[in-house]
Amino acid sequence: MAELGSPKFLRRLEAPGVDQGRAITFDRPLVLDSGRELAPLTIAYMTYGALNAAKSNVVLVCHALSLDQFVAGRHPVTGKPGWWETMVGPGKPIDTDRFFVICANVIGGCMGTTGPAETDPATGNPYGLTFPVVTIRDMVRAQAMLLDALGIQEILCVTGGSMGGMQVLQWAASYPERVICALPIATAARHSAQNIAFHEVGRQAIMADPDWRSGNYQLEGTQPSKGLAVARMAAHITYLSEAALQRKFGRSLQNRNGLSFAFGPDFQIESYLHHQGMTFVDRFDANSYLYITRAMDYFDLAADYGGVLAEAFLGTKTRFGIVSFTSDWLFPTSENKRIAHALNAAAANVSFVEIETDRGHDAFLLDEPELFAAVRGFLNSAAASRGVK
Amino acid sequence: MSELRPDLAAIAEMIADGARVLDVGCGDGVLLEYLSRTKHVDGRGIELSQVNVNACVARGLSVIQGDADADLAEYPSQVFDVVILSQTIQATRAPSRVLADLLRIGRHTIVSFPNFGHWRVRLSLLANGRMPRTRVLDYNWFDTPNIHLCTIADFVALAREAGAVIESALALGEKGATHPMRPDAWGPNLFAQGAIFLLRAG
Repeated sequence: MAELGSPKFLRRLEAPGVDQGRAITFDRPLVLDSGRELAPLTIAYMTYGALNAAKSNVVLVCHALSLDQFVAGRHPVTGKPGWWETMVGPGKPIDTDRFFVICANVIGGCMGTTGPAETDPATGNPYGLTFPVVTIRDMVRAQAMLLDALGIQEILCVTGGSMGGMQVLQWAASYPERVICALPIATAARHSAQNIAFHEVGRQAIMADPDWRSGNYQLEGTQPSKGLAVARMAAHITYLSEAALQRKFGRSLQNRNGLSFAFGPDFQIESYLHHQGMTFVDRFDANSYLYITRAMDYFDLAADYGGVLAEAFLGTKTRFGIVSFTSDWLFPTSENKRIAHALNAAAANVSFVEIETDRGHDAFLLDEPELFAAVRGFLNSAAASRGVK
Repeated sequence: MSELRPDLAAIAEMIADGARVLDVGCGDGVLLEYLSRTKHVDGRGIELSQVNVNACVARGLSVIQGDADADLAEYPSQVFDVVILSQTIQATRAPSRVLADLLRIGRHTIVSFPNFGHWRVRLSLLANGRMPRTRVLDYNWFDTPNIHLCTIADFVALAREAGAVIESALALGEKGATHPMRPDAWGPNLFAQGAIFLLRAG
């Protein structure tokens, strides 16, 4: 029913020697929120550390929009360090000497899990826009299928930032009996109008690129690199803060002594954004970007529970730890606190930490000692409660 | 094991093993940690200072940044065995509403506070004609966080007005000693540094 193998990547490997993880393929269909079915479904995932005999030391990491399953170690496709290298590893807050860490590429993604760039077996062509629209809940369902196939019932901790945090909340709501503790970071229980607006700018940039070809760029041998780069540039601004941009770049000029009175990149911030856009197109699929941003836009956990967020967590025994950052205006403290309030109203066990930093939303990926201390304390106490050494 | 402050130790004595406890204004979590370790309580905290909250979470406690005045209203009724408000009621904006919320949320409520009826406070005002500053309440009138100080007699009156049943009351003595007291006795109101009340909704 489920076949285990190696993941196939769309891009050339920059570091072919490093661990590429696994891929598991299910023939039985995944029924999606849209009503459509996805089959066969391949899920590419990485694991770190070792599963203990009681299978009680599982930490499931959920990744954000533009990230993937390569949490730590070298990334086989980009050759760069994993996105949560500071958090996950031996002796790190999520200590791989103690915990068995799993991270799966989300459905709709482009790092080995079935997504719009993969071949539709029904046609022999890439799915493109015939790929079904997926939701955060669909992503979580797919992860549950993966854990079932791995024989893992209980998750000691499910964690992730941003869209990863949305999956954490969905996990806790959908499978409360499987989740011992949930640690959503810099996230929200619903995507705000402002965030949907930014996503729409990104999608329109991709779709306005003539090389997008109505989503059929793979068949037509083009790449909507310009559109995807602009989408990434716009999004990247939302991950930072005004203060951090001012501190890092100010009005500094890029390799010149004065203004050029033209439209090349005069300012350092411009070259920085161009660089962010250009490197992104080397590792991300434009249609994937459309699908995953859509999944985030559709996320509104309370909507599935009569509009009352507390109802999503009623009777839960899961222990929650919520983290926000003072300068994050994409997933501000107010949105995170709303989750904490709903959990209080459901009489759930909840901690809430707001961390002072000027690094904006991206702080969850950076070296933030208070974040590490909170995660370490929270995870240690969860591990102690389950007798995990 | 660290020494628990005497008033906190007296509060801990009132709490049954394995109880579900909410500590409102839990500070750096010293009482919660003690209760988790010695009484195996299912403990939660609310704390105004984010620095304290972060310290609590790093110690593995379940604590949320919040404000007794603003955030108690959202808690459902009768979900905790014990709700603790230690040395905090005098710093709330609306003590009567906070007390009503505590009585609603917890099957039992423990409130401790400094006694503004202590003879030194009374004498200081009489002798100097200025707002008293004591060792326990060492602030100027204009910058004190203790905006709603009360005497033991004042608190007893508030508790009765809130419809609370006083199950027990302790007077806090000079060196941290605690003595059971009758809520209406005049002695503790004059000589106690502070008091601890165990209440339930009537």
